[in-house]
Amino acid sequence: MAVKDTVLDILSDLTGSDEVKEDLDKNLFTSGLLDSMGTVQLLLELQSQLDVNVPVSEFDRTQWDTPNKIIAKVEQMQQQ
Amino acid sequence: MINLQPYENPGYFVLLVIALLPAIIVRLNGARSHWYETLVSFVFLFLMFDGRKWTQGVALIGYTIWQYAIVALYIRYRTKKDSPNKFSVFFWSVVLAIVPLTVVKFTPLFDHGQSSIIGFLGISYLTFKTVGMIMETRDGFIKDFHPVKFLQFLLFMPTISSGPIDRYRRFEKDYDRVLTREKYLDLLGKGVDRLFLGFFYKFIMGYIFGTMLLPNLERQAMQARGGFLDLSWPLVGVMYCYSMYLFFDFAGYSLFAVGISNMMGVETPMNFNYPWISHNIKDFWNRWHMTLSFWFRDYIYMRFVFFIMKHKWIKNRVTIANLGYLLLFMIMGVWHGETWYYIVYGLFHATVMILTDAWIRFKRKHKDAFPSNHFTKAIAILLTFNTICFSFLIFSGFLDRLWFR
Repeated sequence: MAVKDTVLDILSDLTGSDEVKEDLDKNLFTSGLLDSMGTVQLLLELQSQLDVNVPVSEFDRTQWDTPNKIIAKVEQMQQQ
Repeated sequence: MINLQPYENPGYFVLLVIALLPAIIVRLNGARSHWYETLVSFVFLFLMFDGRKWTQGVALIGYTIWQYAIVALYIRYRTKKDSPNKFSVFFWSVVLAIVPLTVVKFTPLFDHGQSSIIGFLGISYLTFKTVGMIMETRDGFIKDFHPVKFLQFLLFMPTISSGPIDRYRRFEKDYDRVLTREKYLDLLGKGVDRLFLGFFYKFIMGYIFGTMLLPNLERQAMQARGGFLDLSWPLVGVMYCYSMYLFFDFAGYSLFAVGISNMMGVETPMNFNYPWISHNIKDFWNRWHMTLSFWFRDYIYMRFVFFIMKHKWIKNRVTIANLGYLLLFMIMGVWHGETWYYIVYGLFHATVMILTDAWIRFKRKHKDAFPSNHFTKAIAILLTFNTICFSFLIFSGFLDRLWFR
């Protein structure tokens, strides 16, 4: 539960909008909510707040393009 | 001696498809023949770099040995037990990998327009591939060096001359798998469709814009010189016509490269995704020459931004993003060539990116002040289209002829 809230808070902070909390399947890139700069900020926040280390190489946009997918990825990486 | 440049004329396709036919039949039976496909690739690479191009062939062999050594040594260093994973080793590996390309790119500048003897068609695209590999090795995602797969990836025949730029981990998966008959049939169908769309793009549309219309418009624009900045209506024609030519020619080529890859069971990424419907310049760079712009995005821009933010060298995020754009587009400009118009082209795109970001921030702050409907969307697409065409007029180098020749 905590992961989900933290990720959503980071995302709404970065996108400056609550849309990400309302629709967890919204595509962050095609909607223009997140760009490369936002992505890097996301990676750095995930590192500092949740202690998951995502290298830029791992960031395949198609696997990280909705809030739900990001939450799933982070949870999966925490278990490793 | 016969020399065949890739996708140059319809005859090339006849020869290539006939040569690939046995491989296609094997794949249609749910199997594959790496050695036969390698043989076809080798023959067509040989025909590309033989005869009058033999010096380029020698350069390609030398280049391949050079890159092989760097990538093999770096992967070995990075994956050995308790690797220190030093930044300096990574840094120098990247520098060594881009030395040949840098020499080739700067030789004309220092040697009166002479091209370098170590250059060959496709050197840029091969360099993008190896530098990408080094970066992903640094991040710990490429874990072993496989000589055969490395060479297959680096020298993949359908894309060797001008991309699209594939990535090692993606390519490796396609290379290793054996498709079922149904899956391959589907891919083959896509490949054939792409070839035919490519014919239409390159040999019909590209011909109409590039060969039939463009030279006339250029001649008229040259005759109409004399006014303010030598501006004229034919020059406007040159701008649109060149932009269309550039798109159809390169998108056509890219479709060939992807189509032939598909026939060989490899899903090389696409280069274009309806660039003319972009609603702003950021959208455009996600749709135009995508494998190049994504390469610049992932390996230069994002790493630069990540590095600066992690070390907290600059606090202001807008400043970091803007510096990133300038860095990316200046490198892209210089990579095209050291002429004023390529560099201005890079600066122009960086500036438009920076302004677009500022506009997006402004709109976010004043959410309710701006309507969003079909009309505003149409305006956005029209504005973006014209901005892009103007940038291609700079890129074309025609202004250099118009003003200085």
